[in-house]
Amino acid sequence: MFHRESGVFKTTYSADMALYPLPIAKWTVAVLALIFVVIVPLTVHEYYLSILNLIFIAIVGALGLNILVGYTGQISIGHAAFMSVGAYTAANLAVRLDLPFWITLPAGGLMAAAIGVIVGMPSLRIKGLYLAIATLAGQLIIEWTINHVPAISGGAQASIQVDRPSLFGFSFNTQGSLYFFLLFFAVVAIVATLNLVRSRIGRAFVAVRDQDIAAEIIGIDIYRYKLLAFAISSFYAGVCGVLYTYYFGIANYEQFQLIVSIDYLAMIIIGGLGSVLGSILGAIFVTLLPIVIRILMENVGSLFFTTAEMANVISGLRLGAFGGLIIFFLIVEPEGLNRLWRNIRSYFRVWPFSY
Amino acid sequence: MDDVSILGVATLSKKFGGVTAVQDVSLEVPRGGILSIIGPNGAGKTSLLNMISGFYKPDTGRVVLDGQNITQKKPSDIAALGIGRTFQNIALFSGLTVLDNLMLGRHVRMKAGVLSSVIYWGMAQKEDIAHREAIEEIIEFLKLQDLRKQPTAALAYGLRKRVELGRALANDPKVLLLDEPMGGMNQDEKEDMARYILDVNQERGVTVVLIEHDMGVVMDISDKVVVLDRGRCIATGTPDEVQRHRKVVEAYLGTSKSGGRV
Repeated sequence: MFHRESGVFKTTYSADMALYPLPIAKWTVAVLALIFVVIVPLTVHEYYLSILNLIFIAIVGALGLNILVGYTGQISIGHAAFMSVGAYTAANLAVRLDLPFWITLPAGGLMAAAIGVIVGMPSLRIKGLYLAIATLAGQLIIEWTINHVPAISGGAQASIQVDRPSLFGFSFNTQGSLYFFLLFFAVVAIVATLNLVRSRIGRAFVAVRDQDIAAEIIGIDIYRYKLLAFAISSFYAGVCGVLYTYYFGIANYEQFQLIVSIDYLAMIIIGGLGSVLGSILGAIFVTLLPIVIRILMENVGSLFFTTAEMANVISGLRLGAFGGLIIFFLIVEPEGLNRLWRNIRSYFRVWPFSY
Repeated sequence: MDDVSILGVATLSKKFGGVTAVQDVSLEVPRGGILSIIGPNGAGKTSLLNMISGFYKPDTGRVVLDGQNITQKKPSDIAALGIGRTFQNIALFSGLTVLDNLMLGRHVRMKAGVLSSVIYWGMAQKEDIAHREAIEEIIEFLKLQDLRKQPTAALAYGLRKRVELGRALANDPKVLLLDEPMGGMNQDEKEDMARYILDVNQERGVTVVLIEHDMGVVMDISDKVVVLDRGRCIATGTPDEVQRHRKVVEAYLGTSKSGGRV
């Protein structure tokens, strides 16, 4: 209704290449900023802020994975392991050298990127399912290494406690303050990804995905770009791992097991491969799903089960619903939530007329 | 390498297992000219182009572009040195718009790295705009103005061929390798494409190497024709010379039982 291209004439290339080329863009961004910076933190209960915080962290990870899987067409089942690399790098630096988050965060990202490039090297030779298995091996090797090398894992139970991040003496130690901390990184990740995918590098990633032979012939070094995709994607994963560590106040390998890799793949499949908005919607969806199921079960399930049985039922049902939804999306809308959103938007573009 | 030829191929051979795809082929592409490679199916024409563009590594022989030996270089480096290429089966990036496909054609001329791409505003944007101007020139040249923001997957066959030509041109190549640019086209589309190829050659000064099955087009627009048969070069010359060449007639039509004239 308000979101109309009609009558918008672009007179410069930069206007034509803008991220959001409509005059209403200013208002949309302003309203979103108002909601997320002012209204939400003032009105929303601490418990729901904690859910939002988890969503912000998941957005960073999902964006990273989507760059690799959705845009470049490679696959990784080892992303949780890259997160753990970032998490333990940051935790070790924070605890042993007492470094602040603005050093440990990029350090964790860079370390994950380096490991990601190594795990991604098979992609130069193999594709698809074979690559999936190779990265799965990467996941298991990294998991095992962290768990069994006390120098990395900090010994007891392979977990390292870290202090909450602080800046200029201000400590982000409540859900409310962590909200701003994580919101900042989620926004940076979103804008960075939007820029990356519309730039020369992002175009080259899509070229590798769509036609690797033609990409090579027109001058894209596909090996370089495959590894670059692994590096960038793992950097995001590493940062995501560092954020988890600061959020929970502990680096623990159990947060980064194989199932988490699957969760993140689910996010981008459900949200939409090769789409920034899809990554965000997928991260929201997959983070909320178990919470919604739990709330539903607690209210409805107590009619049928005892409290002791409930814990089992909820975890089982969560996995079942998860699998069911992935299958549902692959069949009904392979392009995910992003596609659904675009369909709704294009319906309202000409509303109330039918054409 | 003399000034007359821009691209030289010397005794190039390639075997796949027991099959000899190309055997001892030598040819010189005249600077600023149009050279056509013809021959029956399986003669090794596409294999030859694949070796020139670096996609196959030849078993023997060498490829020289403008005095520089490019035989062992990577395809992406060869593209950067100025060889553009289109494909027999259209190989556009179907998930991207026409504009993005063309911008990708210019990838090697651009420099933005990861950091400046992520920040975008500033360097990467300036670069994108500067190159967009060159791309717009090609869009205008190929009359693709109304298709800029269309995903290439949705385009008609003839248009996709044209976009592919544009993508190859975007790189400002010295030599353009066209693999059956008119395959599967109707007469009107063929005439359009022939006109574009002539314009590319004359207005933009690009040397063209063309593989084509339509003899009418080949004989009309080529300066020089090379005929391949079963991996070997059997004739080279002007269109007229080649048409009368005995071996060429044999390759296309076979020999009569008396071994004489057809």
